[in-house]
Amino acid sequence: MATIELQNIAHSYDGGETFALKEISMTWEDGKAYALLGPSGCGKTTLLNIMSGIIKPSHGRILIDGVDITDKPTEERNIAQVFQFPVLYDTMSVRKNLEFPLKNRKVPADKIQQRVAHIAELLGLEDQLDIRPGKLRSDLQQIVSLGRGLVREDVAAILFDEPLTVIDQNFKWTLRNRLKRLHLATGVTLVYVTHDQTEALTFADDVLLMKDGEVVQVGSANDLFLEPSHEFSGYFIGSPGMNFLDAEVSNHEVVAHGVHLGPVADTSLSGPHRVGVRPEFVVPVEKGGIDMDVVKVENRGGFQLAQLALADQKIMAKLDADLEISAGERRAFGFVPERTFLFHDERAVSTMKPMSAGAAR
Amino acid sequence: MNTKKKNNRAWFLVLPVVLVVAFTAIIPLMTVANYSVQDVLSPDNRVFVGLEFFRQITTDPAIVAAFQRNIIFSTQILAIEIPLGIMIAKLMPRRGWKAAAALVIVAIPLVIPWNVVGTTWRVFARPDVGLLGVTMNQFRPFDIGNTPADAWFTMVMMDVWHWTPLVALLVYAGLRAIPDAYYQAASIDGASAVSVFRFVELPKLRRVLMIALLLRFMDSFMIYAEPYILTGGGPGTATEVMSILLAVIAVIQFDLGQAAAFSLIYFLIIQIFSFIFFTVLTLDERPGATKRAEKKVKAEARKREMADDAASRSGVTNE
Repeated sequence: MATIELQNIAHSYDGGETFALKEISMTWEDGKAYALLGPSGCGKTTLLNIMSGIIKPSHGRILIDGVDITDKPTEERNIAQVFQFPVLYDTMSVRKNLEFPLKNRKVPADKIQQRVAHIAELLGLEDQLDIRPGKLRSDLQQIVSLGRGLVREDVAAILFDEPLTVIDQNFKWTLRNRLKRLHLATGVTLVYVTHDQTEALTFADDVLLMKDGEVVQVGSANDLFLEPSHEFSGYFIGSPGMNFLDAEVSNHEVVAHGVHLGPVADTSLSGPHRVGVRPEFVVPVEKGGIDMDVVKVENRGGFQLAQLALADQKIMAKLDADLEISAGERRAFGFVPERTFLFHDERAVSTMKPMSAGAAR
Repeated sequence: MNTKKKNNRAWFLVLPVVLVVAFTAIIPLMTVANYSVQDVLSPDNRVFVGLEFFRQITTDPAIVAAFQRNIIFSTQILAIEIPLGIMIAKLMPRRGWKAAAALVIVAIPLVIPWNVVGTTWRVFARPDVGLLGVTMNQFRPFDIGNTPADAWFTMVMMDVWHWTPLVALLVYAGLRAIPDAYYQAASIDGASAVSVFRFVELPKLRRVLMIALLLRFMDSFMIYAEPYILTGGGPGTATEVMSILLAVIAVIQFDLGQAAAFSLIYFLIIQIFSFIFFTVLTLDERPGATKRAEKKVKAEARKREMADDAASRSGVTNE
């Protein structure tokens, strides 16, 4: 168990021309579950491989409990890794697979037996110990490769590199739950790389959202959804993602496509901005609001997804399933002001000013 | 609704292949089979002799000796080429221009025709001007024309030089196909280089090694042009392998019946050996393998239970 600290870590694969991972400093607290979320090529796997020692970073240092391990080879770091697909020694039984890391470290035989028994019980693998892992279902294979990491007592963190990629859809959920239970049972720090927001948001205490080699926002599932600090958080999290409108702020008023959206909370702002509002916070209103054409309505079971038009701008709205609405009509909608963000240079700078009571709806 | 009539006419699509195979393999083979059971005295005068030629062939001491030579030769070259090929593949660079250069250099012997290889090695082994012959002569008299051991040694070396690259290339391709994650996992597990080879690379190379083994066995068992040009089977009969003997019977003695019977036996031997290799090496992957493995596990579990039972019973009686 340990705290892992990244100090100004950056990495370039081509000798400094482009950086796959731009400078990042952060501390991974002991026992927490983290997710690195982002699209392919955003640097999340690079960051993971730097931590496990597969890649040596171009810049910066990594410390585990204050000890610099930047130059230490993988086998001397107390880090375990689970890969995209089950990586197992096919010719060994499950038991031999679990014993392998300990045998290589010259752990005494009785200690090995005790650890393997303990881990097998924890993972529910007692009945499969003597068969070859190749005969197991893919999710159990992933559990075995996880076991190879857990079996070492000194392990500081377990890194997962999209571990559910090859798992059958039916077992993804159970495996994820199992990982979560294990996390609670062992208290080991987990770092989980994925491009699937559901996986990240349901699994981790803290999600690091990454884009183009940078961490754009760190926070809980709620933070990323309700308080996006970066346009990318709005765009990448949620389904469908945030609506964005080009807007102009003048005299504390936000105007987009010639339509007045309302006052801005931070009165020091002016000039061009982007307005972002999630489809969940585009709501029909009785009085006031903005008249918009309803272009299309889809019933998605449990909710309706409406495509609206504000001038020539497309706006998605997630509406209650029992709301009577149909394509072709014109209707007034409002943006929930506290959940409507103004972005400048992709960063959130303000929300809209909450209307005084009574003015809304 | 699907009202189309179902029939087996799709089989006609296989017809072209059947025709090609018939002309390239089945008909020639049956012609040989035809010759093997009759003595052709003249085009109009044939006598059916049954299995007489087969009896003659299998009891001919010269052929039995040649068969033994073939077995020894194949065993020796496999024992050298497979490990050596793996070693070379492991030493070859993984990527970049060096990898391309290494591939080309390693592949050079493979593109040289058999009889050119034979000629090259014949010169190479000459005790007066050949590099190998002269070098060996520094230590002791070396003459592949007179010393059987020298001739045999040179024949083995020639095959190793010519065909180890094939094994190396196959293994190299096999090694490149192993995902990096296996190496990364092994290094996280603290595995030594030997362990990585033993538990990661070797299991993953099983299939390519099987192909290499089969190809090299079949090819070396049929070897003809190289030893024929190198030594002509001599000195004496020291390097007389089956194919050389077969050529003598078929072309020089023009004993078609015996040659045909010999060919069929030769063909069968290679088929049988290849089948045995293949069966043994793929035992784990064939249908039923899982069931066999499960049965084994269950049997072991039962044994353990019985042992536990016995232990607890004996425990009770002790009290």
